[in-house]
This record gives sequence, structure tokens and C-alpha cells, in this order.
Amino acid sequence: MITLNAKIPEGPLEEKWTRYKSTTKLVNPANKKKLDIIIIGTGLSGAGSAAALGELGYNVKVFCYQDSPRRAHSVAAQGGINAAKNYKHDGDSVYRLFYDMIKGGDFRAREANVYRIAEVSNQVIDHYTALGVPFAREYGGTLDTRSFGGVQVSRTFYAKGQTGQQCLLGAYSSLNRQIKAGTVTMYPRRDMLDIVVIDGRARGIIVRNLLTGEIERHSAHAVVLASGGYGTIYYLSTLAVNSNASAAWKAYKKGAAFANPSFVQIHPSSIPQLNEFQSKLTLMSESLRNDGRIWVPKNKGDKRPANDIPEEERDYYLERRYPTFGNLVPRDVASRAAKERCDAGYGVGETGLAVNLDFRDAIKKHGKKVIENRYGNLFEMYQHITGLDPYEEPMRIYPAGHYTMGGLWVDYELMTTLPGLFSIGESNFSDHGANRLGASSLMQAAGDGYFILPNTISNYLSGEIRTPRIPTTGSEFDEAEKNAKERIAKLLSIKGKNTSTTFHKRLGKIMWDYCGMTRNEEGLKKALKMVEELKKEFWSDLMVPGEGADLNQELEKAGRVADFMELAKLMITDALNRKESCGAHFREEYQTPDGEAMRNDREYSYVAAWEYNGDDEPVLNKEPLKFEFVELKERSYK
Amino acid sequence: MPDMKFKLKIWRQKNEKTKGSFVSYDLDNVSPDMSFLEMLDALNKRLVESGKEPVAFDHDCREGICGSCGMYINGLPHGPVPGLTTCHLAMRYFNDGDSITIEPWRAKAFPVIKDLIVDRSAFDRIQVAGGFISVTAGAASEANAILITKTKSDEAFDSAICIGCGACVASCKNASAMLFVSAKISQFALLPQGHVEAKARVRAMVQEMDRQGFGNCSNTGACEARCPKQIKLTNIARLNREYYKAY
Ligand SMILES: Cc1cc2nc3c(=O)[nH]c(=O)nc-3n(C[C@H](O)[C@H](O)[C@H](O)COP(=O)(O)OP(=O)(O)OC[C@H]3O[C@@H](n4cnc5c(N)ncnc54)[C@H](O)[C@@H]3O)c2cc1C
Ligand code: SF4
Ligand code: FES
Repeated sequence: MITLNAKIPEGPLEEKWTRYKSTTKLVNPANKKKLDIIIIGTGLSGAGSAAALGELGYNVKVFCYQDSPRRAHSVAAQGGINAAKNYKHDGDSVYRLFYDMIKGGDFRAREANVYRIAEVSNQVIDHYTALGVPFAREYGGTLDTRSFGGVQVSRTFYAKGQTGQQCLLGAYSSLNRQIKAGTVTMYPRRDMLDIVVIDGRARGIIVRNLLTGEIERHSAHAVVLASGGYGTIYYLSTLAVNSNASAAWKAYKKGAAFANPSFVQIHPSSIPQLNEFQSKLTLMSESLRNDGRIWVPKNKGDKRPANDIPEEERDYYLERRYPTFGNLVPRDVASRAAKERCDAGYGVGETGLAVNLDFRDAIKKHGKKVIENRYGNLFEMYQHITGLDPYEEPMRIYPAGHYTMGGLWVDYELMTTLPGLFSIGESNFSDHGANRLGASSLMQAAGDGYFILPNTISNYLSGEIRTPRIPTTGSEFDEAEKNAKERIAKLLSIKGKNTSTTFHKRLGKIMWDYCGMTRNEEGLKKALKMVEELKKEFWSDLMVPGEGADLNQELEKAGRVADFMELAKLMITDALNRKESCGAHFREEYQTPDGEAMRNDREYSYVAAWEYNGDDEPVLNKEPLKFEFVELKERSYK
Repeated sequence: MPDMKFKLKIWRQKNEKTKGSFVSYDLDNVSPDMSFLEMLDALNKRLVESGKEPVAFDHDCREGICGSCGMYINGLPHGPVPGLTTCHLAMRYFNDGDSITIEPWRAKAFPVIKDLIVDRSAFDRIQVAGGFISVTAGAASEANAILITKTKSDEAFDSAICIGCGACVASCKNASAMLFVSAKISQFALLPQGHVEAKARVRAMVQEMDRQGFGNCSNTGACEARCPKQIKLTNIARLNREYYKAY
């Protein structure tokens, strides 16, 4: 059994990070260039860490599956990035940001980590601004902010609806500077297939060159996963369609514990599914809830066009149920409330699986110009996809899989339980507890990458300065390569009748129905069986045409779906284990009389870190969550 | 809504070395709500289920922001609707029964890799040459220390939203990358943070652009018309000014 040592520094909350930084071991500049670091991923976390580690003088190799690092999924983030700058003078502070995240995450995150990310948030904004990221500005020339759900201050920096793109291009530019300087080597169009472990330490990776199909070996003194989230397990989600769990899953199978896998955020506002071939759900940013009002008809099955329904026959259910936060309640609350109304028969649109997000009042109040200025590109996108005009009639929205709070377990240094393997950004579990607040993921990914990992990895690497460059010829590399090749051969040899996408859709439906917005014991147990059967069918009826030694996109997909099949089981197991409701994990059996999540702090105030155990059931390790600085409270947005 | 039928003519090419050719496919049961890529998914499903290799194409975000997708659709990069990437193009913009010809980007600097996939790494090399502001993590000053007018900052944003798709190169008869390069140069020229290295940057990026085999700009404006992010030709004028200032 592994031991979970979170390595939280001693001392008062606000001094932990400073103390850590001033006492951690360093690596001297001459030794840095002899140390190799592998990074998987070029999103805000991966590109940022690659740049920062390159700047420090380490020898960095970076991998991504896209043709260019600039296309990592972070590029798609829309709404914004948080920081505790308090530019609006509305009472914000590092402590308040920390507290909002702890509360928003329903008291299931580690205090010290959350406080630290709130602390570095301001540096992130300074850095991006210096890199030329064109954040929105006020007329006086200072940076502008807006509000996001779950908070009462305005701390979200943004670049219209393209905040992720602008931050990522900033990170990409700093990565490019290091590529030019020769400290970073970029390997695009590579799929990580395995982690190589030598003497109990992560020492390298096996990747498939997606252009040639060649299997390559790469070694390093430390490996960093910045591979993003696994929300695509639902098939339909708001993520880039090739996002996957494989890198994290392979790490799990090599000894890194997987924490809270069932904590998945279902975002309340995406464009509902329109056709059976639909490949993704397009997000309509949370920022829209600043001005849009959510409602359904008061009368069940009212099929009149939205504009024909008079004011007194509309149910603004969020404003009704949560008068303090109204339309700006956190995501999990908004999603469940939408599901509740639709399940009760009040949904709108052809399928009844949608609610209205209405801008009529905002347009009346501020004028069309202002609304266009704020959300123009989102409105346009909505119109192109649906053929409907949101300036004239309400948008229709429905919840969709969006973000995974669960991920690889990491300690305060962002190291997993496999020594030498680190995990940053969405791929780790650390900062969002059971629910993430809007605009805090870009903040975390960038903070982890630029400002935290570069400080913590040196503690590990200081012990590696006498380890010579790792050869890729050892038996561990042979073994890992052999396994990777065998699996590819197996996927290619089945020659069944169904595509990996067909299996992925079926898996996604099971997970959505039984391990999505709400869960219950009976459903979860049923899903466990269904996934097991589907997995068998997958391995006997899959069709992957073509060869391994070639560009083969069906093979890429098949490998990812195979891993999703295994992860699904762990997610369900985790959801079954947690007999409480907290944040996005809503067990129907555990709710208050008015339908709110009911936590059980006495028994479940812990991180569930699952340990791989071969073909046997995974082992549950518990990291107790100690709340020394905040008081555990019922989370209320009423 | 009624289902639609299409006659597709798609460029199939095994790899960079083999010669490619057009192959025709009939596809029906296409819903007008499907995106162009979802239409190709439907075709690919049929091909894979019968053991044939699907049509390869690059894609990821499927919401017009990552810049992965891109192909000629009836001769037009990203198809007939201005302002849309291929992944955002809905089939309702076509007529039932249409013939649609689909090809990869054609440009010397973008060699075909397979079917509709081309190699756009030349774009990355141009950015590596100089598309950055040299600030090390930790060295930045307070974000509000430098004030920037909203107009300037918005203008910089309008240049910064290039997605690196390559449609500008594909639409240009000279396969010039000027619009792409000028977008980055403009973003940094409009912001005070970019001024320190302005001269070195424009020299390095233009030199790399030439080295990668992109053609010259002859001001026909096809790039602006086809750019899904509506990057303006004025960026090219600014690039030229910056370039002259640098020597
Ligand atoms: C539509 C949408 C909108 C969002 N909007 C916001 C927002 O407004 N604010 C906010 O804070 N957050 C937002 N989020 C969340 C946020 O975008 C992500 O959590 C964050 O960008 C994750 O960054 P990352 O660096 O961890 O990983 P990612 O950006 O996901 O990057 C993952 C990287 O890993 C690589 N990779 C993955 N697997 C492999 C493999 N097996 N082999 C090789 N490479 C691999 C990929 O190529 C990629 O480079 C949004 C998310 C979505 C889906
Ligand atoms: S300038 Fe426009 S067409 Fe060219 S790469 Fe950028 S977004 Fe694409
Ligand atoms: S797939 Fe990302 S822009 Fe089209």
C-alpha cells in the first residue's frame, strides 16, 4: 500500500508558500543543464512550465498530440481567468479568493494548495500582461474585470470570449522563446503510450509518432504530466474532441494514485445536442449569466415560442431558489436545477432537454450595442450553430460534461505517488475540491506551470544531480515498448464491425445516465455491469482499419477509448464509495429536503486516492482533509 | 428537418511521397444541423465499418478556435461562408443534392501528409524566430503599471485572434504568409510591451517566412476575404511599415 504524504509546510496559511520557497533545495545553474525534464502537454500548464523550466536552464522536452503546441485544449477557454488583484476595490483579497474556492469546492480540497494558487494568481496576470496578452481594458487604460458564478466580487480578467486562446498564445510565445534559445525541444504529433519506471522512479516515456506510427523512447530525470482533463469520457462534452485520459491513466497503472475520479463538473450552459452525429457540445460561457436570465415556463409542457410567454408565466427558477446569488450560483447548482426542471417536464425545445437563457431585459437596460460588445462572438457562434438569433429570442442551453476536478493525486510539491512523476493543471486533482469555480482553471494551470512547479521540482531534482543522462536501452524501456506495440497489434487485429466512436458514444451514454449530474447506488451498480460488458464487446467487435506504422487516426481513437473503458470503472467505483453528496458529486440518497447536496464531513472529509492493483479491485487510500483555517459550513447560495 | 444528400469528391493521398487523386462518394441522411466535419465523420463511419481507411483530416476543438481544421471546399478555404472555420460550417449552408469537392491546402510550404492533412509546421518556425516578448517568469511588473488605451488594446486583440489555420496562405495565388505574420507583428506593435524588441522581431520573422518558402504578397486581398477570423489587410500595411523602420 502506498503512503500519502501531502508534505504540507508548517506554519500559518499565509506563510507556508514563502517559507517553502525560502527553504527548499535548489539546483545550481551549472547542474540544471545536465538535468532532463519531459513534459506531456502544451496547454497553459504544460507550455508555461516548459518555458519557465527552460528559462531556469533545465533541458526540457515537450510533447503534444496536436500538430502545433498552440492548439492545446486551453485555447478553447472562453470566459476568463481569476486573480485576487482587487482592482475593483470591492473587498477582494487572496484570502477571499482562497475561501471562495474552498467553499465552492464544497470543502473537499486541501487548504494549503488552494491558498497558494490564490497567492500566485496575481503573478499570473502580471506575467501574461507582460507577454502581450491583450486583456480587456477600461477607458482609463487599466485592466477590466467581470464577475463569474459562485462569488460576489469582480475578479475575472478576460479577453472577450477568447481568454483561453489569448493566454495560451502568450504561453506558446514564451515556449517559442525557449525553443529558440535551445533549452526546450518540441515534439508535436506524439501520443504518450506509457511511462517508464526504473527502480521505482519515473524515468521516461514511450510515445507513438502520429505521422509515421513509429514507437519512440525518451528518457529524463523527471516527467511532468500536463495532459488536461478527461471530460470527453462522456463522448459529448465541451472539450476538444481528442482530449483524453490516456496519459494520466497510464501513470495510474504505473503507480500514481488517482484521486476523486468521480468529481466531474457538468457545465450548466452549452448548446443542446442537435443531431445524432454531433461530435461535441459547444459551451456558452458562464459570463453570459452576468446578463442573461434563466427561466422555463411555469406551465408544464408549454410549447409556445418563448417570446409569446408572458412575464407572469415564466419561472426564473434560479432567482426563485437562490435569491442571493440568483443566476450566478455555482455550476453544479445551476446544472442540477436545470436537470430538475427538465426532468419534471418543464424543459423547452423539441426534446424538452433545454432551458432558456434570456437577454431581453439586459438588452432593454443596456442597449443591444453593449450586449454585442460584451458577448458578440458568443452570440454569433450560437446563431451559426443553431440558426437562431439570440438577440431576438432566448438562447436554449443544457448542461454538458466540462471539467474534471478529479485527477492524479499530488502532494504540495505537485508530485504524484510515483517518485519523479509530477502532475499539473487539470490533470491533477489538487485545487478545486468537489466543484470548480469559473475562471479558476486557467489560473490554476498557469500558476502551476509558471510559478509553482519550477519552485517545487528543484527539491526532487537536487537529489538527481549525480544521476547521469538516462539511457533508453534498459530492460524497462524494452518492456514498456513491447507492451505498447502489443496493444497496438491487438487493437488492429480484432477486425470487428464497430468503430471506436460507436463504442465511445455508448460508454458516454452510460456514464452520463448513471455517473453524471446525479448518481444513486442502484444506477451505479448497474453501470458497473454495463461498462464491463461493453468493454468485452469492444475488445471483440472493434474495427480499426489500416496499419500501425502509418498515420492512423482510428488507431489513435481506439487506444483512447480502450483507456476510457477502464477509467469509467474507477469513476463508478469512486462514486459508489462516497456515500454523501458534495459539490458536483450528487448522490440522490443524500440530499436535504429542498434538494441541496448533503455532505457527511464526519465520514467523508477525505481525498479518495485510488491505487492500481492489477486485475484486482483498486485499493482505496484516504488523505484526511484537515481544516485548520476555515470553518466547515453548509455551502449555501440562498 | 429534412435529410440531405451530397455527392462528395475528396482528395485521397496515402502519404507525402505517393501521388493522390480524387475519389467520389455519395452520402445521404445528412442533417442540416451537422457541421462539415460531422458530415465527414458520417462518411468515415461507413468507410471504417466496411474495413476501409477513413478520410484523414486534422481537427480538435470543433468550435473554430484551435485552428486545426481547414480544407478547400469547392475551391474555397473553409468553404462558402465568410467568418467560419470548416468545423463551424453547418450543412444547412449547402443545398440538398450539391456536389462538393474537398481538397487539402495547396502551398509549397504546406506539404500534404495524408488525404486532407498538411504540414503547417512552417508557421511554428516563424513564431519561434521572433513571435514573443522576452520576459522571464517572475520578472514582470505590476499589470497596471503600464496603461494602454482601450482602443489600442482592442485593436491589438483583433490582430491577436489569428488561429494559425493557414487559410490565408491557401487562398493566396502566391501562397504568401503575410497575413499570418502581420497579425503577430501588429499585436506586438500596438502594445508598449512589444516595442523593445520590435526591430529584431520583424527582421527575424520576415526572414524565417522567406526561408520557409512562402511567396510574396501582391496585395490582392484574397487572404482577408477568406480568413475565418477576419484579420485585416491593414495588418500587412503595418508589417511593411515596421519592416522598413527596422532597417
Ligand atoms: C469550452 C471550455 C471553456 C473553458 N473556459 C474556461 C474559462 O473561461 N476559464 C477557466 O479558468 N477555465 C476554463 N475551462 C477549463 C480550462 O480550459 C482547462 O481546464 C485548462 O485549459 C486545462 O489546461 P491544461 O494545461 O491542464 O491542459 P490542456 O490545455 O487540456 O492541454 C492538454 C495538453 O496535453 C496534451 N496531451 C494530452 N494527452 C496526451 C497524450 N496522451 N500524449 C501527448 N500529449 C497529450 C495535449 O496535446 C495538450 O497539449 C474551459 C474548458 C472548456 C472545455
Ligand atoms: S490570418 Fe486568418 S487565415 Fe491566416 S492563419 Fe490566421 S486566422 Fe487563419
Ligand atoms: S477544429 Fe478547431 S478550429 Fe476547427
